[in-house]
Amino acid sequence: MLDRNQIAQRIAQELQNGWYVNLGIGIPTLVANYIPEGIDVEFQSENGLLGMGPFPFEGEEDADLINAGKQTVTMMRGGSIFDSSMSFAMIRGRHVQLTVLGAMEVSDCGDIANWKIPGKMVKGMGGAMDLVASADNIIVAMSHTNRKGQSKLLRQCSLPLTGVKCVKKVVTNMAVLDITPNGFELLERAPGVSLEEIQAATEGRLIIDGDVPEMKL
Amino acid sequence: MNKLVKDAKEGIEGIKDGMTLMLGGFGLCGIPENCISALVDIGVKDLTCISNNAGVDDFGIGLMLQRSQVKKMISSYVGENDEFERQMLSRDLEVDLIPQGSLAERCRAGGAGIPAFFTPAGYGTEVANGKEVRYFDGKPHILESALQADYALVKAWKGDRYGNIIFKGTARNFNPVMAMAGKITVVEVEELVEPGGLDPNFIHIPGVFVQRIFQGTGYEKRIEQRTTRSKA
Repeated sequence: MLDRNQIAQRIAQELQNGWYVNLGIGIPTLVANYIPEGIDVEFQSENGLLGMGPFPFEGEEDADLINAGKQTVTMMRGGSIFDSSMSFAMIRGRHVQLTVLGAMEVSDCGDIANWKIPGKMVKGMGGAMDLVASADNIIVAMSHTNRKGQSKLLRQCSLPLTGVKCVKKVVTNMAVLDITPNGFELLERAPGVSLEEIQAATEGRLIIDGDVPEMKL
Repeated sequence: MNKLVKDAKEGIEGIKDGMTLMLGGFGLCGIPENCISALVDIGVKDLTCISNNAGVDDFGIGLMLQRSQVKKMISSYVGENDEFERQMLSRDLEVDLIPQGSLAERCRAGGAGIPAFFTPAGYGTEVANGKEVRYFDGKPHILESALQADYALVKAWKGDRYGNIIFKGTARNFNPVMAMAGKITVVEVEELVEPGGLDPNFIHIPGVFVQRIFQGTGYEKRIEQRTTRSKA
């Protein structure tokens, strides 16, 4: 099973040169720590920053420079600042090539639920609905099962939806899967994880076509 | 042109129970600290507050929530404030959670004379309930309407007495679009400059949108999550 950093590391392998990328809070933010050698990308933060850099050194925190998770960050050279309507124009206008976000549930046709557990957790959707409605390329980073051991890759989401038919790829602590018209297609297994374990943990339709290689990390 | 007022107390003059306010800021970044303190001081209540977040328990809009001054919040994310979540789940507080991009665009539209627009955000979710759906290029979109406020409370970095203002870093966020959408826009600045002191090419919001401006004081600029990296 992969840990959070390894999930992020696998997703970072999807980055292509020249891309603009939005990283959601949680595991997705860790993707910025694993940019492959020779790949140049710019991270967009929905609160109005392009060219988001790593966390500052101690003593150099700037209260006026934060990311979407309200953490202090830095800005890379060549970065820029803009307001919230411009930020979502960038997102909604499909100028950002990749969105990575977490989820509570993903369905096998690409629906995603990641903002509300009725009666228990209603923090709000933030920019998630705009992101999933507009991005061409959406990768979900999440654990394969929840704390109760139940599958998070479902036939149909039971929680309130963030978006419909929008997720393209899912990377979990157990596997890499594509969303296809026939359901989740298993592309790779986490090192040491068996097909049986993945099948047992996946409630939605799962397509296994031939040999499924292990992830290379 | 002289839109200068003395302080936050003068800035918020005229705000009454039941009004709709817009408050700039993202988290605690770029919030109108002085005006929020002044609202707490005068104890105005039954307010509808349009703001991306609700502050934290003891800072920002959280201060107003503690004193039950807010009847309704229109926000996109309220996760940092436990008191808020509690009031919402127990139905003491009415909450409209709306997608952040739609919130920004609804404020912009409100200031720009665009009564409504179509967006793909929220289609297929409960956000779309009761809203008209139309297809463009084969993709479904929902109709969202413009937002306006009786007062927009804005925090800026520098400004002059014409109301021209500029913002710093990510403290910009919702402030520009809310400045546009307030019937009365009140701006607190860290630094008041002389007219001509701001390069006209780099003004973020022209003074036409601003009715009152004052030199703010004592900014705490609290950091919600102080994250750092170690020197290798």
